[in-house]
Amino acid sequence: MSGKRPIGELLFRGACLSAVVIPLAVLGYLIADVVADAFLRLDWSFIESYPSRKAEKAGILPALVGSAYLIVVTAALAVPLGVASAIYLEEYGGKSWWSRVVEVNIANLAGVPSIIYGLLGLGVFVRLFGMDRSILAGACTLGVLILPIVIMASREALRNVPNNVREASYGLGATKLQTIRGVVLPLALPGMLTGSILAVSRAIGETAPLVVVGAATYISFLPEGLTDDFSALPIQIFDWVSRPQEAFLLNAAAGIVVLMSVLLVVNGFALWLRARLQKRLRR
Amino acid sequence: MDLMKSYTDQGYAEELQEIRERLLLMASRVENIIETALQALVERDAERARETILIDRTINQDEIDLDALCLQLLACRQPMASDLRFITITLKMVTDLERIADLAVNVCERVCDLALKPQLAPYVDIPTMGRIVRSMIHDAIDGFIEGDVEKAREVLERDDEVDDLYHKVFRHLLELMNEQPDNIHTGIHVQSVAKYIERMGDHATNIAEQVVFMLEGLDIRHEGKLEDSNSLDG
Amino acid sequence: MSETGQIEIKDLVAGFGSTEVVHSISATFKPRAVTAIIGPSGCGKSTLLRCINRMHETVSIAYSTGQVLLDGQNVYAKDVDAVLLRRRVGMVFQKPNPFPNMSIQDNVLSGLRLTGTLKSKNAKEIVEQSLTQAALWDEVKDRLKAPGISLSGGQQQRLCIARSLAVSPEVILMDEPCSALDPIATARIEDLIRDLKQRYTIVLVTHNMQQAARASDQTAFLLMGELVELSDTSQLFTQPRDSRTEDYITGKFG
Repeated sequence: MSGKRPIGELLFRGACLSAVVIPLAVLGYLIADVVADAFLRLDWSFIESYPSRKAEKAGILPALVGSAYLIVVTAALAVPLGVASAIYLEEYGGKSWWSRVVEVNIANLAGVPSIIYGLLGLGVFVRLFGMDRSILAGACTLGVLILPIVIMASREALRNVPNNVREASYGLGATKLQTIRGVVLPLALPGMLTGSILAVSRAIGETAPLVVVGAATYISFLPEGLTDDFSALPIQIFDWVSRPQEAFLLNAAAGIVVLMSVLLVVNGFALWLRARLQKRLRR
Repeated sequence: MDLMKSYTDQGYAEELQEIRERLLLMASRVENIIETALQALVERDAERARETILIDRTINQDEIDLDALCLQLLACRQPMASDLRFITITLKMVTDLERIADLAVNVCERVCDLALKPQLAPYVDIPTMGRIVRSMIHDAIDGFIEGDVEKAREVLERDDEVDDLYHKVFRHLLELMNEQPDNIHTGIHVQSVAKYIERMGDHATNIAEQVVFMLEGLDIRHEGKLEDSNSLDG
Repeated sequence: MSETGQIEIKDLVAGFGSTEVVHSISATFKPRAVTAIIGPSGCGKSTLLRCINRMHETVSIAYSTGQVLLDGQNVYAKDVDAVLLRRRVGMVFQKPNPFPNMSIQDNVLSGLRLTGTLKSKNAKEIVEQSLTQAALWDEVKDRLKAPGISLSGGQQQRLCIARSLAVSPEVILMDEPCSALDPIATARIEDLIRDLKQRYTIVLVTHNMQQAARASDQTAFLLMGELVELSDTSQLFTQPRDSRTEDYITGKFG
């Protein structure tokens, strides 16, 4: 029973291991580099200050607040719409050719470059609907951007509800609506929530559509309503990086760290939520 | 029994076949023991009689072996329908066959007693009875193997012949014993032999009835002798 | 008309898409008795069962024609609501499927809650009654709030039975209810079936002939979508009328 593992297997294992280690190492290096730079600039004053022409005084507050508004409104728009669409497509859509066409198109939309959504937002929300360069326009644009992702994640969650549970419900004499409301949704909810949160967290990092829709890079006030002008973290970072002065690069690094922290918090929340809800179901 | 269609489980088919073959073997041994006993009777051969008793031992072992095989098949295979009927009547036929062999031994024991005294009269009817009983067993088993229910039914009628011959022998012996009291001792032994063979016929009838049940699913036993029948029999 | 739960099937044809699976079956199932349906895989027994409570039509490409009479009323009539039908004809499935996100007692009440027919003051009573009828009360009475899926396989199946009973059906359809269970759990369910048949009509699809022989009063043998024979169980297993039945139950095919 003793013998050496064939050399092919060892090579393959080595190749797979490198495929994991090398990108992680590169990523680790990049992050370490950014954090090292950010360290020099990141403090509470950075977070609480407004943009300024002087790098040492320029802060990220309006961008942070703007991103916060965007997250909330985007989620409020995209999640209910996406979940409802997913429920319709999955539970009522059936297997006709039409629904297959819709499914393929949604998957395609999820892969469309975000700048296209930016252009869509500019034409439809900013100009056609007259929202101008407001948080609402930004949120609508981002909402449309992440809608396909929410729909796909929600459909996946619905598909993961085993069919025998639906059958049990029908067998008891429940209607389709009663079944969806009482049995399917509660079971699919964790997956849907997680998927939605992850989709929203992707929206946080989107820069291109916001640039097109007109997020400001230099605003000296905090937005108070949905119709106000706004800025956002990625926009601010992009702006600082484009400045010639080196000191702004430190700001950009600090901004990146703030952005990553926000992402970590949001994603972490999603993971925690999923674990919590799954534990409740599977005890 | 349609042996043409093969069983999905070959092991099961082989087990059924083994029981069938052993039953046939036992039946042929029983036919043989009857012949041997009759020969011993007619030739007044005590030696042969003792041989017969040994053949009975083999038949007893057959009964034990077949019972065990059937029990095992019942436990492990849960047979249904015709297979189930086959097993249950095999168990019963084995009992009847073994009883017939025991009766042959009883005949042989009488032969040993009879050998000490002169013969009263030539044995004619008794051997005939024995031959009929042998044929009854043979045809009942044939009917079983070939699935010929008519053959088995026809066996039932021959039992009447056996009974009639028995009564004839009985009357004749009574005459002989009335004529000469000295004949009584021998006469009683001869009557016993005739009685044993008559009872062999009854057991052979049982076997035939069981074969009919197996093939038709119709239980024809105790015809006219059940509680709610109109016969005057008690 | 008294509600005894008699099922009568007339010229039922059913299939999926272009495949016909049940070819014109007619049969009557005795009320307050257990009828078993046996046959080789793919003979249409599950499809037949699912036509009785119109679960068959929940599959999009399924179709059926013919009549199924429940106490004389055709369940396929235009004015019959399939949903209401399923409250009179309950179903227990092959793999136990208690709702994973509900406790034991919530599972029992789920049929009533989902359909909005639960009167909360009766809830406790209904839970105890249903679990008792399903021979599960003693085992779970101290942990009614535990999740339904924390029970063993056999207990889960009895929970599903309790759940069906809580809706007060007349007929209970069982689609191979024991095939995922060990022999002891199976024996308990068969014992339960014997108790239940005093109050409900039970139709039991099983691929296990011995189970049909043990647990049913009448047995129907299906072969390739046709009803070959429907007889008293003791008759069918000792002396079947049809040679195809004989061949199947003695193991000559299937």
